[in-house]
Amino acid sequence: MTDHQHSPGDSPKTNGFIPGLIKGLATTARTLATPSHTAEYPDVQPHLPPRTRGVIALLEENCTSCMLCARECPDWCIYIDSHKETLPATTEGGRERQRNVLDRFAIDFSLCMYCGICIEVCPFDALHWSPEFEYAELNILDLLHEKDRLGEWMPTVPAPSALDPRSADPQEVAAANKPPRTAPERRQ
Amino acid sequence: MLEVVLRSLGVLAAFLVLPLVVGQTEHKVMAHMQGRLGPMYAGGFHGWAQLVADGVKFVQKEDITPRAADRWVFKLAPAVALVPYLVALAVIPLSATVVAADVGAGVLFVLAASAVGILGLLMAGWSSANKYALLGGMRAAAQLLSYELPLVLSVASVALAAGTVSLTGIADAWHPLWLVWQLPGALVFLIAAVAELQRPPFDMPVADSEIVMGPFTEYTGLRFAFFLLSEYAGIVVMSLLFAVLFLGGWRGPFSGVLGPVWTLLKGALISVLIIWLRVSWPRLREDQLQRLAWLVLVPLALAQLALTAGWVVLSSP
Repeated sequence: MTDHQHSPGDSPKTNGFIPGLIKGLATTARTLATPSHTAEYPDVQPHLPPRTRGVIALLEENCTSCMLCARECPDWCIYIDSHKETLPATTEGGRERQRNVLDRFAIDFSLCMYCGICIEVCPFDALHWSPEFEYAELNILDLLHEKDRLGEWMPTVPAPSALDPRSADPQEVAAANKPPRTAPERRQ
Repeated sequence: MLEVVLRSLGVLAAFLVLPLVVGQTEHKVMAHMQGRLGPMYAGGFHGWAQLVADGVKFVQKEDITPRAADRWVFKLAPAVALVPYLVALAVIPLSATVVAADVGAGVLFVLAASAVGILGLLMAGWSSANKYALLGGMRAAAQLLSYELPLVLSVASVALAAGTVSLTGIADAWHPLWLVWQLPGALVFLIAAVAELQRPPFDMPVADSEIVMGPFTEYTGLRFAFFLLSEYAGIVVMSLLFAVLFLGGWRGPFSGVLGPVWTLLKGALISVLIIWLRVSWPRLREDQLQRLAWLVLVPLALAQLALTAGWVVLSSP
């Protein structure tokens, strides 16, 4: 193909129809000789890149029911119910603590547009992209998946890809390596 | 009597098996030429039973006859298109001894029989009461009439060279030199045969992008399948005929034992070539098609005939 480059303005030469016909035969013969690229999907699983947006998985322990994902979701497909529990003080005379307990976390995949904003916005890494994609349903109502189902996809989440060479340390490592704060010097 | 029955059954078996083999070959070869895999599931191994599955599907389809159609003509047309190829197949020899019916004027018989198939297309096009079917039928008639002439002329050339119109006689008289000096005639025969079969690039009569499916537009189920089968039976007949007339039929190493194998092998080669042409070339327009027949093929075939005649006259004592 590259040996027939014409300069702009130079009209392509007509070689007659016989060379064209032979070229057609040669092209099909060459394609016949090369293996086809067909992915035999149901028999052979596809090789999906690690960042594939297949489904959103939930790591329930990390969720604090902060509602950030539900509020940022452009089509409001995340449902969260939670209640507050009071934990007794661990030391005598200590203060009682309160924490959120997640009752319901559901994503309606018939509404979800796979934008990934919920995953971006989650401050505690409770939501993850999973390459899993075989969760089609016959009824559109069955696409509303509760936290149990979302948690089942968690093992399919691939490990995060390695950092680029000479990039900055990840936040957790940088925080751990920071020298401890020293007490401010008191003025005498 | 028993022998006649056995021979007829043999022809029928070949008629039912060979077109399916060619069809399956087309499925797979065309797929790989287009970078696909083709059928992979039917039958287990690389979809070998795809056409059997297609046949089962066609049998289950409703057989519809349009209300305005000419009922009997409409229903008879697939048979008229299909049976001539069965008859033609009966006289094509696989070797000097393996032939169902050794007709003396075999060449004439094959050409006459395969020409009857045109009537089936015309009947289908006219009786369907559909403008696309009518257009397709008219195109088919025009095309088949035009290409019948170069076909007959090129066959006449080899018959002249061999000095006989018997198919076994022509294959016996064949000489490797024929590959050279009968080459123009062979090319004309091949092109005219592809046009007779209405295969791409000569598929103007059934051009699906313009006139739906030409004469077959109104057909469903088994009758439609018969038209398709007749196309592939036609490929088998024309390929074997080409092998016998121009490639020496059963000539080859160990032709005493392997004669039929050689004929089938050469025929298979031509069938693959016909499939290859379909995949590679664009469809000819109606006027280009007629121009090719009358301005290129007929003069070429006549020149070949003159050359052969001169050779025969000069070489005869």
